[in-house]
Amino acid sequence: MAEPLLRTEGLRRQFGGLAAVKSVSLECHLGRVHAVIGPNGAGKTTLINLLSGELAPSAGTIEILGRDAAGLAAHQISQLGVGRSFQRTNIFMSFTAFENCRLAAQSRLPSSMRFVRPALAYRQVNDAALRALEACELLERKDVAAAALSHGERRQLEVAMTLATEPKILLLDEPLAGMGAEESARMVELLRKLAPGHAMLLVEHDMDAVFALADTLTVMVDGSVLASGTPAEVRANDEVQTAYLGAADD
Amino acid sequence: MGRPLQILLVIGLIALAAFPLVGEKFYLQFVTKVMIMAIFAISLDLLVGHTGLVSLGHALPFGVAAYALMLLTPEYQAAGFWTSLAVSVGVAGLASAIVGALVLRTSGIYFIMVTLAFGQMAYYYVHDSKHLGGSDGKYIYVRPALELFGWQPFDLEKPAHFYYLALALLVLVYAGMRVLLAAPFGRAIAGIKENEHRMRMLGFATFRYKLACFVLAGMLAGLTGWLTAAHDGLVNPEMLSWHQSGQLLMMVILGGMGTPAGPILGAAALKALELVFQGWTKHWQLVLGLFIVLSVLFVPRGLAQLFEWRRRRG
Repeated sequence: MAEPLLRTEGLRRQFGGLAAVKSVSLECHLGRVHAVIGPNGAGKTTLINLLSGELAPSAGTIEILGRDAAGLAAHQISQLGVGRSFQRTNIFMSFTAFENCRLAAQSRLPSSMRFVRPALAYRQVNDAALRALEACELLERKDVAAAALSHGERRQLEVAMTLATEPKILLLDEPLAGMGAEESARMVELLRKLAPGHAMLLVEHDMDAVFALADTLTVMVDGSVLASGTPAEVRANDEVQTAYLGAADD
Repeated sequence: MGRPLQILLVIGLIALAAFPLVGEKFYLQFVTKVMIMAIFAISLDLLVGHTGLVSLGHALPFGVAAYALMLLTPEYQAAGFWTSLAVSVGVAGLASAIVGALVLRTSGIYFIMVTLAFGQMAYYYVHDSKHLGGSDGKYIYVRPALELFGWQPFDLEKPAHFYYLALALLVLVYAGMRVLLAAPFGRAIAGIKENEHRMRMLGFATFRYKLACFVLAGMLAGLTGWLTAAHDGLVNPEMLSWHQSGQLLMMVILGGMGTPAGPILGAAALKALELVFQGWTKHWQLVLGLFIVLSVLFVPRGLAQLFEWRRRRG
């Protein structure tokens, strides 16, 4: 198999006496969806925070596109080609949907220390923003302020902004959080469309979505990897059955 | 920007341009000071209204530039116009870069406190330095002079000439600010004000943009410090005091934070009211305070809000 775009080895993060993530090793490959599941408090969001540079690892390695990325700042990791979406919608509420994506795309200019030419005159930035909006089916709503969008549309915008930075690696933290059935189905469809061009790490509680999308499945419990493999392998794993899937009546 | 405000600005500009033809010297100098304060307020609004950095130490670059002009002016001789202007603005920028590199590591209430602390440090340093004139300050007997090969395009000793210099700079700074805010840099600081965390996650090195903003605002404040020292012909430690920073912040809030014309309206309103109330009573500060309380209650987004009828009805 080709080199992974993202690889971690023995990743660990300690908060005082508590290890939120203990020795996690995983890989993400181009065109494949790697889903991470686990009960609340298993360390999934901490894992994403480590991978996106929001937290520095206490131990272990992070390799992004073959480069050592452990300890890099969040903006540096983003510039390596990593896009991250948030579990709790994290957008620019007073800006229009277009401006949210345009600003995201602007981050790919070599520098934003540009003081004279109007931001709207940068064609390639506008085009990247429009492509991201189109991919997330928000083109018709582009001139609406983010604060006036519905919850589902804001979740779509969250992903659209991530796409506007044209990342190679996508870290998606519960993209379906709080969505209704119809919105969820649309988002799953969108993620399926995005999968071929990206290496995707998907943290998600919605098991139907996970099994519909994942090529690889990692189960985390208490900060550790309990099992990892194809969805079928993981489903058949006894430990997972008792620890997680079996107990999940939801 | 609403159309009424645009019309008001054009009318205001024509009135300002024509004023020296009719105005007495006292009012000419008064309006000159207001225009300088307006530029100063615009520079603070770049931090407060556009980047979300509430500074209570903006008097520092202002005062530093003023003192730089004093030090550059030989006794009874004029300082060079361009040299003194460049040095004043330069040291204001340098001071802002040093202060900014430290204070921008904090945010919110801590940012306010640390900017205040640096401002007061500079104030007490100047206040207690004999060679800088101590608490009395020092006079600048001759204003900077501009000469191009023996020809003098304008003479700052003439109130009308100084007036037009201030007006030209105000127009230039206002227009420059509009260009800046529409450019990628302006959009980046708007994003930082709205959600700095997300900006970082999108790949922006936000500290760099905040520092650039802090230095730029400091250099503009330096320009107004140079203008004020040249205009008033004296410098004193009060130029660096937190009263100065506080009054400026009041102008920005009164006029409307983050609106293009707000700081200009705020500076004009506060200075004009000061003048009017001073004529009425010696307790003018009480009346002015009352006015500010009322305006914050009834026009919370500032005087610029009064001209935004389109947005209010839309």
